[in-house]
Amino acid sequence: MKLTVNGEDHDLAVATLAELLAALDFEGDWLATAVNGELVHRADRSTHSLNDRDRIEILSPMKGG
Amino acid sequence: MLRLYGQELRSRLLLGTARYPSPAALEDAVRSSATEIVTVSLRRETAGGRQGGAFFELIRSLGVHVLPNTAGCHSVSEAVLTAKMAREVFGTNWIKLEVIGHHDTLQPDVFGLVEAARILCAEGFEVFPYTTDDLVVGERLVEAGCKVLMPWCAPIGSAMGPQNIPALRAMRAEFADMPLIVDAGIGRPSHATTVMELGFDAVLLNTAVAGAAKPALMAAAFAGAIDAGRDAFKAGMLEPRDFAVPSTPVIGKAVFA
Repeated sequence: MKLTVNGEDHDLAVATLAELLAALDFEGDWLATAVNGELVHRADRSTHSLNDRDRIEILSPMKGG
Repeated sequence: MLRLYGQELRSRLLLGTARYPSPAALEDAVRSSATEIVTVSLRRETAGGRQGGAFFELIRSLGVHVLPNTAGCHSVSEAVLTAKMAREVFGTNWIKLEVIGHHDTLQPDVFGLVEAARILCAEGFEVFPYTTDDLVVGERLVEAGCKVLMPWCAPIGSAMGPQNIPALRAMRAEFADMPLIVDAGIGRPSHATTVMELGFDAVLLNTAVAGAAKPALMAAAFAGAIDAGRDAFKAGMLEPRDFAVPSTPVIGKAVFA
């Protein structure tokens, strides 16, 4: 399945957002996720099915002013 | 005491966390400033979550309130989604709302700002809007549900200090009961004193401390300057006048000629 993760193209065999995070080695309770411009809560990642061409954003805390 | 969305605070300095020479320098600056609120952002993670995790742990260890921002967002939808993602990460309804309208000045897109504020306030966010010193925009933000306003005094990172003091004074008069925080453009402690003397409630700054040769010392300097400006405002200052007024009494003066 073709997915765009943080602006980069990937071809991965994953069914859910949780599986995607595991496949790309993302871990930690400080991550926020969105699919196609909509927030996906932490608790919903394991049931959120991904579709071909989905755009996923994975954000984490960073310096800011 | 300063009260922001029900939270009582002793410090009137809000500090950004970007551009410090090291995490240790950031930590030292936060501690020496005695700030109780730091601003942070969210960015795309490139290292599997570990980079953001280390920063998250540092921020948590400081024991201060976190004010996430939507820095760099240029549209309403982008800012709203970023705010929701920040709430997911930091577990706070506070959001420093930025909707940037101009690439060179980083001036807020005040139309998008009001629209985003309305959406976020309706969803339970407690919005700290980075805005201009325009009274009408301020009124719209209040109508949208904002209980704090954060006007710039000069472009972000410019260090120019207050560029339009009459406008800041007018904001203070117009929003007499609303916490007003000057955000952006402060370069020197004397700039912070000036806006506090005008009756502003707090100052948010970043680069002036992070970019100093000794950030922790500069953070302490700002803390003192803000307290001095606040005390001066409360004490009541003299108005300038055109001619001299002798400070020593004239009565009883010796006559030598």
